[in-house]
Amino acid sequence: MSALLEVEDLTITFRTAQGPVDVVDRLSFTLERGASLGIVGESGSGKSMTSLAVMGLLPPTASLTGRVSLDGAELTALPESKVRRLRGDRMAMIFQDPLSSLNPYYTVGMQIEEAYRAHRPGVTRRQARKVAVESMERVHIADAARRVDHYPHQFSGGMRQRVMIAMALSTEPDLLIADEPTTALDVTVQAQILDLLQEVRRETGTALILISHDLAVVSEIAEDVVVMRHGVAVEQAPAERLFSDPRHPYTRALLDAVPRIDDEIGELRGIDSLDSAAGVGGKA
Amino acid sequence: MVRFLVTRLAGMVGVLFLVVLFTYAIFFALSPDPAVQICGKNCTPELIDQIRTNLGLDRPFYEQFLGFLSGLFVGTTYGTGANAIDCAAPCLGYSFQTGQPVLEMFEQRFGVSATLAVGAAVLWLLMGVAGGMLAAIKKGTWFDRAATGAALGGVSIPNYVLALVLQYVLVVKLGWLPFPQAVPFGADPGQWFLNFVMPWLVLAFTYASMYQRLTRANVLDTLDENFVRTARAKGLAPRLVWRRHALRPALTPVVTLFGMDFAGLLGGAIIIETVFGLNGVGKMASDSITKNDQPVIMGVTLVAAFLVIVGNVIVDIVYTTIDPRVRIGARA
Repeated sequence: MSALLEVEDLTITFRTAQGPVDVVDRLSFTLERGASLGIVGESGSGKSMTSLAVMGLLPPTASLTGRVSLDGAELTALPESKVRRLRGDRMAMIFQDPLSSLNPYYTVGMQIEEAYRAHRPGVTRRQARKVAVESMERVHIADAARRVDHYPHQFSGGMRQRVMIAMALSTEPDLLIADEPTTALDVTVQAQILDLLQEVRRETGTALILISHDLAVVSEIAEDVVVMRHGVAVEQAPAERLFSDPRHPYTRALLDAVPRIDDEIGELRGIDSLDSAAGVGGKA
Repeated sequence: MVRFLVTRLAGMVGVLFLVVLFTYAIFFALSPDPAVQICGKNCTPELIDQIRTNLGLDRPFYEQFLGFLSGLFVGTTYGTGANAIDCAAPCLGYSFQTGQPVLEMFEQRFGVSATLAVGAAVLWLLMGVAGGMLAAIKKGTWFDRAATGAALGGVSIPNYVLALVLQYVLVVKLGWLPFPQAVPFGADPGQWFLNFVMPWLVLAFTYASMYQRLTRANVLDTLDENFVRTARAKGLAPRLVWRRHALRPALTPVVTLFGMDFAGLLGGAIIIETVFGLNGVGKMASDSITKNDQPVIMGVTLVAAFLVIVGNVIVDIVYTTIDPRVRIGARA
């Protein structure tokens, strides 16, 4: 059986006034069913664009070449209407800022129901509502039956991200993409959301792509890691090996840049001087 | 919700009081002596003094102001004896030039202004909001460019110019429309409609241009929102993404603007009414400014302010049903 997600030679190009710019350059990776993959990199490394490309949500100024297949179906060759039926159903995504990602004008319940009903044409509102409450319970939102009628601004940041996860899970997708899911949250809440993502993956068997600039976050969840820089995958390895024995200087620099509690107090290490020091060529 | 309403209404009363106070103070300080105006041709200083005393114009400011205020609630009587003039509550003042209470003058002309405002509002909402939405959907196409160009024209061409051009073309040259005059609806609905078409169009065009630009910008902004991306990520049909997630947030600010514009127009469209010779509140205001009929100017100012303030409160109340954040925020 083929892998759940196969990305092959993915190149994403933006048209700009200065000419075309490749923000992702010949990226390839595969993800097995139920597996987890971390994509790490600084801002602008192309990690979010990769996830948007998988979802078919690239902005109109971007074009892509290469191949993205989900469960054998080649997304890059399908018409938009077909991709739309998979989006939100077989593959779902949660975003960085859970407040702005929820529509302030509708109850969270309505927004979860909407995600579910978009892919289950026959269901009644009542059934969809039941699914919404169950999804909210699954992500441990207390008093879900009542909270389902509340609006996003009545939830805390962490709770909103739980709502987003509940929404993504309502259709029981095969693939969940989490793009910086904890970046906008404070540290204790971050840990809770990561635990939740782990738990969800264990219980539902959904595969997970976790995108983050934070190696610590990725190390908690991902089995495999892709390190991206300037649109190129500089290192791809099982997480354990990557953290114990980083082979690429950029990966090593990223690891060194994480402050440790047992370190001597000194200057924090950045990675901007890396290009000259380690000879990693930046892409124009 | 009740608390929200009470606060808003209390605020409204406060603002109204200030508006009355300032308006009264300004006209008290600026206007020429009404006694001189009433006095007529065979005027003597003694006669002026007599009129002054008679009307209470020799009393200090605060006494006159209190008299005006109480007139609003219980009515008032100008002068004494056989020449006494009754002005029933709510007395907005009395025009000694026309010999009518201001409120009565207002009532006779409000219908024309309201008809003008309602018809124009329907037109400009249709043209402005629908045009703005279409321009946003078709951003960058010929339609967008044409609509944006027309809107720019609408904002820059003064409406009295447009009024005169239209009048020349449609009435004088082509003879398609009669020269506008306010025909009561009851008298001849067909004529009524034909007479109002041109004023409606001209008034609506200016507003439609502003609404078109606002709507287009808002819709484009909203389409960039993260929650629209979420809606697309759910796999919603484009029509649903658009209708449910983009339109409602985009149109909320339009409601605010509309409430104030419409209320303002009910207080008279001075230029349009004057150009087309429609005898509405706006025409009354401009006439009384020319004739320096102070009580009328003040009455119109007060009523216009009152309408705008009430319009604002209505917008606030409507907002609570549109935007849940306002609703819950007020309860907390």
